[in-house]
Amino acid sequence: MLEIAELNVWFGQGRDRVDAVKSASFAVGQGESFGLVGESGSGKSTILRAITGLAPDWSGRITVDGTDLGRRRDRAFYKTVQMVFQDPYASLHPRHSVDQVLSETLHLHGLGEIDRRVAKLLDDVGLGTRFRFRYPHQLSGGQRQRGAIARALAGEPRLLLLDEPTSALDVSVQAEILNLLTDLRAERGRTYLMVSHDLPVVGHMCERLAVMKNGEIVEVMEVAALRRMEASHPYAQSLLEASVAG
Amino acid sequence: MSEMTLRQWLLTDTPTSRRHAKIASLYKGWLTLRGNTMAMFGLGILVALGLIALFAPLLAPYDWTTQNLGNRLQPVGSEGHLLGTDSLGRDILSRLVYGSRITLYIVALVALIAPIAGLLVGTVAGYVGGWVDLVLMRITDIFLAFPRLVLALAFVAALGAGIENAVLAISLTAWPPYARIARAETLTIRSSDYISAIRLQGAGPIRIITKHIWPLCISSLIVRVTLDMAGIILAAAGLGFLGLGAQPPSPEWGAMISEGRRFILDHWWVATMPGLAIFTVSLAFNLLGDGLRDVLDPKDGGQ
Amino acid sequence: MTLLDVENLWVKFPTRQGIFEAVRGISFTLGKERLGIVGESGSGKSMTGRAILRLIRRPGIVEADRIALSGTDLMHLTEPQMRQVRGERISMVMQDPKFSLNPVMTIGAQIMEAYLLHAKASRAEARAKALEMLEAVSIRDPERVMRAYPHEMSGGMGQRIMIAMMLIPNPQILIADEPTSALDVSVQRQVLDIMDRLVTDRGMGLIFISHDLNLVAEFCDRVLTMYAGRIVEVCDADKLHQAQHPYTKGLLNSLPRLDQPRARLDVLQRNPAWAEAPSVAGRV
Repeated sequence: MLEIAELNVWFGQGRDRVDAVKSASFAVGQGESFGLVGESGSGKSTILRAITGLAPDWSGRITVDGTDLGRRRDRAFYKTVQMVFQDPYASLHPRHSVDQVLSETLHLHGLGEIDRRVAKLLDDVGLGTRFRFRYPHQLSGGQRQRGAIARALAGEPRLLLLDEPTSALDVSVQAEILNLLTDLRAERGRTYLMVSHDLPVVGHMCERLAVMKNGEIVEVMEVAALRRMEASHPYAQSLLEASVAG
Repeated sequence: MSEMTLRQWLLTDTPTSRRHAKIASLYKGWLTLRGNTMAMFGLGILVALGLIALFAPLLAPYDWTTQNLGNRLQPVGSEGHLLGTDSLGRDILSRLVYGSRITLYIVALVALIAPIAGLLVGTVAGYVGGWVDLVLMRITDIFLAFPRLVLALAFVAALGAGIENAVLAISLTAWPPYARIARAETLTIRSSDYISAIRLQGAGPIRIITKHIWPLCISSLIVRVTLDMAGIILAAAGLGFLGLGAQPPSPEWGAMISEGRRFILDHWWVATMPGLAIFTVSLAFNLLGDGLRDVLDPKDGGQ
Repeated sequence: MTLLDVENLWVKFPTRQGIFEAVRGISFTLGKERLGIVGESGSGKSMTGRAILRLIRRPGIVEADRIALSGTDLMHLTEPQMRQVRGERISMVMQDPKFSLNPVMTIGAQIMEAYLLHAKASRAEARAKALEMLEAVSIRDPERVMRAYPHEMSGGMGQRIMIAMMLIPNPQILIADEPTSALDVSVQRQVLDIMDRLVTDRGMGLIFISHDLNLVAEFCDRVLTMYAGRIVEVCDADKLHQAQHPYTKGLLNSLPRLDQPRARLDVLQRNPAWAEAPSVAGRV
């Protein structure tokens, strides 16, 4: 479904150039759930941005569903790949109600029967009609994140990019959202690429993962190895130990 | 809806339709404004101004052109003339009342032209960036550098004196600060996740600018406009004072001050009354602007 | 020996829809120990910390039978007297050093200011003290850091600087409000170790407020679990995983664990009775 080969992403030019991602390579199969872990500044979120076209300066190869990506993304791409952002407080427009957000998204994807689809999307993510016309400041963090997930699902994408979707949420809300994401993947066989700094979350949600440090992928491993605390690369091992201390 | 009182309906946390949500949020904003006494005071004055302008013929005791040379320069409180008469025996109160129409006319025109022009230029410059930003901002700088009165003089020389030209001159020098504000806001908003999200849905720049960025910029512009109103009225008054704006016998408040300048020592009311009127309206706009800021800004934070 | 004694603390905020009670009648004591206060957002844990320092301004209302610091009731102090207490006797470290350090002052200037507010000393003495504190928090090049600005520091260093700044006046109690939540995992350990060492060496009491149950269980001596403004459970930190109250158990169960794979996480079912039950007293 997704293939990254020798991906380099940088910001700035010349002397101010910062290489956020260096020679990253990995592949995610159809219907698989793949995790990208690392600390802040490791480049994991930048890979997501490069895939979606939000980070303009990159080189290497990104292949989604068999098609190599260029600089621009087209409508077909947006129907295949969508993203859920980290901060629920920043990912919804403060002046648009949930209904407006979903309607606009459906409209942009060229889908009809907007009213019915909005109701169904809200239902799919566990937000009742009570929340449909609320503004973001009238919603809790978990509710906003559900709204963001509904928006991402509107175009029925097959690949969902998740950028730390629960790190800003309370523990109990995180459990609900993770369960929701698990259910949504099972329904349609969607592919997930999930970025997180939280290893237990990745262990719960993913089947394979890549560990990043300073823009490079240091190891790609199975979650089973993660659970056994057996990493090959020393950095990955130290990360494992730090996360599960106690 | 009959089970809930109207107040509950308006304050509800679970709106049932788009219209309901909009009305509820407007009502909550209104409640916040109402809590600010000074802002309500300002609003009251402005509403009164509007009503006075609207019902001027009914409220003014005399016609504003009626001269009565035998009755010139009557003091405040003299018989039949509550605020006295001016150098041509015209009733000052009536002239103030009719002058309110002109003031509102100027205010409305400038408030429509300047912020909208600024919004357009600023948001496009901020969102598109690159050389478009560079060019637009340099144009903004050029207009910012123009001294208002010099530009007004140029217009008068070219097109003749009159209130419309004065308004045009004021608008041309008033829009740059709005462009700057709009651009600054756009730069901040541009990197937000919600803008990234809508770009990921395939939205083009026009949709993003008009439907996503403008709603967020408009609040700071509204606040800025109300706070600038005082300056605009004074600018128009200044132009009137110099004879570049409204022409005699027009009862524009600035022109009235100019006419009364000669008599200020012995017959102070001729200049002071219109001055107080300008002061009151400017103060009202300032107070309202402060109150509006409290209403409009907190929602921007999102939390 | 009891450093802090809080009895029946209430924190209320008037809103358009009525009075919102953030903290509802909690009582606890703090000795020379590490006390953890755990809860989710809205549980009132941060408000508790702020209420102790009397940092809650109007229109917020703070009521308590007493908040006694080594015998002195803080509720009866005037604002100038309270200013003496803050920093000198109770200090607070907050979550994100980006927001708690002044961006336009050098780090040295800020730490020295913190010292000079409570001690009559010369600038040279303050400078020496600041350098000493920076070394105490394991900053290797204190001279350079003194001259630097906050934005040049990483998160972990920023937080260590905050700790240095907050401990320089030698307070009796440190309140840490989510001090490591904004930090990377590998750095969290470092910062906690430093905090632990300093608190133990100086015989201070520590109130550690966090949403991270496992962290608190590992780091603290006693744990108070808060829900809806009340304390629902008090237990020793090493017994946290045997907690009795359904809320605490629910929170622990809803965390994903590497060693216990599950298809779905247990979702916490909130029981309104938890919010209604009276607060458990957290006294030693």
